[in-house]
Amino acid sequence: MGDTRTRTPARRARTRKARPEPETLVAYYRQMLLIRRFEERAARAYTEAKIGGYCHLNLGEEATVTGLMAALEPRDYLFTNYREHGYALARGIDARRVMAELYGRSTGVSKGWGGSMHMFDLEARLLGGYGIVGGQLPLATGAALAVSYKGGDEVVMCQMGDGTTNIGAFHESLNMAALWDLPIVFVVVNNGLGMGTTVEASSAEPELYRRASAYRMESARVDGTDAVAVREAAREAVERARSESKPFLLETTSPRLRGHSVVDPARYRTAEDKEALKAADPLAHFALELEEAGVLDAETREKLDAEVKAEVDDAAAFADDSPYPDVSTLFDYTYATPVRGESRRLPADPVF
Amino acid sequence: MATMTYRQALRDTLRDEMLRDENVFVMGEEIGVFEGSYKITEGLLTEFGPRRVRDTPIAEEGFVGAAIGAAMLGLRPVVEIMTINFSLLALDQIVNHAAKIYGMFGGQCNVPMVIRTPGGGGQQLGATHSQNVELFYSFIPGLKVLAPSTPAEASAMLRAAIRDDDPVLFLENLALYNTRGEVPDDLEPAEIGRAAVTRPGTDVTIVAYSRMAHVAAEAAEKLATDGISAEIVDLRSLRPLDRETVVESVRRTGCAVVAEDDWLTYGIGAEIAATIQEGAFDWLDAPVRRVAMAEVPLPYSKPLELAALPSAESLVTAVRDTVRATGR
Ligand SMILES: Cc1ncc(C[n+]2csc(CCOP(=O)(O)OP(=O)(O)O)c2C)c(N)n1
Ligand SMILES: [Mg+2]
Repeated sequence: MGDTRTRTPARRARTRKARPEPETLVAYYRQMLLIRRFEERAARAYTEAKIGGYCHLNLGEEATVTGLMAALEPRDYLFTNYREHGYALARGIDARRVMAELYGRSTGVSKGWGGSMHMFDLEARLLGGYGIVGGQLPLATGAALAVSYKGGDEVVMCQMGDGTTNIGAFHESLNMAALWDLPIVFVVVNNGLGMGTTVEASSAEPELYRRASAYRMESARVDGTDAVAVREAAREAVERARSESKPFLLETTSPRLRGHSVVDPARYRTAEDKEALKAADPLAHFALELEEAGVLDAETREKLDAEVKAEVDDAAAFADDSPYPDVSTLFDYTYATPVRGESRRLPADPVF
Repeated sequence: MATMTYRQALRDTLRDEMLRDENVFVMGEEIGVFEGSYKITEGLLTEFGPRRVRDTPIAEEGFVGAAIGAAMLGLRPVVEIMTINFSLLALDQIVNHAAKIYGMFGGQCNVPMVIRTPGGGGQQLGATHSQNVELFYSFIPGLKVLAPSTPAEASAMLRAAIRDDDPVLFLENLALYNTRGEVPDDLEPAEIGRAAVTRPGTDVTIVAYSRMAHVAAEAAEKLATDGISAEIVDLRSLRPLDRETVVESVRRTGCAVVAEDDWLTYGIGAEIAATIQEGAFDWLDAPVRRVAMAEVPLPYSKPLELAALPSAESLVTAVRDTVRATGR
C-alpha cells in the first residue's frame, strides 16, 4: 500500500463516535478474529491443494467487513466482489458452508459451483460475490431499482475495490442510482491497490469518495481499520438510503496485509511497505484498544481465540468430509426452465 | 536455437519488436510494476520505461479503444487483456471499431494493433473466468485471430501480428505459458493464415489449435499404441482459416475429429466440420466428430470441471469411434 495514500480524509463521515456496549465491542472483535483465522485457514488449505482457482482474502479488511455488516439489517441486500469470504461469515452464513464452497463441495454456499469468488445465499441476502471487476455494480443498482419499484424499505449495499472505480460500469451505475433516487450504498474498500497498481497510479481522482460529486451523490471516507467508525458511517448512509431513497458512496481505507490473492508473493512491495503493514494490522490494534479500555482481558481473549480456532477447524473438517457434487448434476443448472433440445452431451459423446 | 518457455518466447519477441520499432508499445492492466498477471512483460518497464510500457486502470473498454485510436495515428500498440474473459468488456471497441474502421471509411485508415490475451479452462476458475470465446472474434471480418501452440510459433506469429497492418487478436493459453520448446534464432515472422500438419498420419485427421493441439498430440500417442495412425492439423490461425490444409489432410485420411476447448454448438468445430464436408465429401468414410466442452456454465468444483472439459481420453474415445465407423 505504501505511504502515499492519504489517511486524513478531506471530509470525514459526519459521525460522532457512538460508544457501543462492551459486549458489542467484544462481539466485533470476535467477528474480526473469525474472519482472520478463517482466511488464514483458507490460505493453508490452498497450499494443500484443497482449494483451487483464485482465492482472495479479507486479511486487513476485518474491521471494514465487520463494521459494514453491522450497519445492515437482515432484510437488506448485499452484492460484493470476489473478495467476499468475510462478508459471507459476517452475514451469518455458517463457516462450514463457506469453507465447503472453497473446497468445492456440494454442502457449500453455492453448492460447489461458484468457489471462492462466487458465494451466494438468498437467506442471508448475499446476492453474490462476482469475479468480473465491476460486474456487481449494475446488478446492485438494478436490485435497488427493484426495491424502489416495489416500494420496499430494504437497502442494497454494493461493495467493490478501489481499482473498480475506474471501470465504466462504476460511472454508469452511480449515474443511474443518483438519477433514479435508488436506495443503494456503494462501498469502495480502498486497500490502496488493484493487484499491484496503486490508487494514485490508476485513478485521476485518488480521493475516490469524491467521484460521487460528479453525480451529485453524497459521499464520505472513513478509516476502515476502525470497525465502530465504519459501522457509524455505513449506518448513516444506509438509513438515509432507507428513509430518503438516496444513494451514497462510502469509501473505507484499510491495508491489504498480503498479496492480491493467495498466489501473489507481492514482490512489488518494499521492505518498508511490509514493515508498515505489520504496524497497521487492524485486528492487533483493536485488541489493544479494547484491552486498554478494560473491555477485553487476557482471559477472554484466550477464550475467544480457542472458540474461533475450534470453529474454523470444525469448518475445515466439515468441508473435508463433505461430498463433491455428483457428476450427474452437471446439467442441472443451465436453464431454470427445462427446454427441449438442451444439450446434455459430455465431451466424448457424439451429437447423434 | 534456444529452448525456452512459451512465456519467454512471447516476452523476448515483445522486447525485440520494441527495440526494432519505436512505434511499438505495450499497455494493459498490471503489465508494468506488477510485470503482468502471467509475467509476460517481466522486465520491460525497467528497460523501456513508462512511456512504452503503460499500466492502465481497470478499464478494458477504455484502454482497448485508446489503443485503436493510437493505432489510427500510426502507432503499433500491443495490448494485453489479462484473460480473454475480460475482453468481453471491450467487445464493442474490438468488433464495432477495430474491425470496422478500415472498411467503413473506405480504406483510408488502418488499425495496426495486437490484442494479446490468454484463454484457458481447467484451472478451477469458475464460470466467468474459464471461457474460450475466441469464436466471437473469429466470426468478425476485419479481425485476424491467431492461436499459436508452441514457443516457436508464438514468437514467429507475434512478430507477424505486430508487423501486420490490421487488428490481430493473439490468443494465448494459461496452460501453455510454462510449456517448453525450441525457438530458432533469427526467426522470421510467420505467414498469417497457415495451418500446419504437426504430426503426419494415415488413418484419421485430428484438427485442433492452442492447448488442444497438445491434447491432440497426447491422444495421438495413445492411439498409436492401438495401431491407429492419427494426423494432426494445428490450425494456428482461426481467421483467416486455412481450409486447404484441413481438407487436404482429410482427403488423405478419410475421416476427422475436431478437438476444441469451447462449446460445441455454433463453435469453431462446427466451421471445420462444414469445411470438411464441402471440401472432402467424397473422401469421407465416417461423419466428422467434434470433441468439445459440455454446454454448461463451467462449475468450480473439480470433479464437475473435469467431466465438462475435453481431454485426451475423450478425444481418444471419439477417434476410436470414428475410425471404427469407417468400417475399414
Ligand atoms: C473486468 C476485469 N478485468 C480485470 C480483472 C482481473 N482483476 C481481478 S481483481 C483485479 C484488481 C481489482 O482491484 P480492486 O478493485 O482494488 O479490488 P481488490 O482486489 O483490491 O479488493 C483485477 C485487475 C477482472 N477480474 N475483471
Ligand atoms: Mg484494491
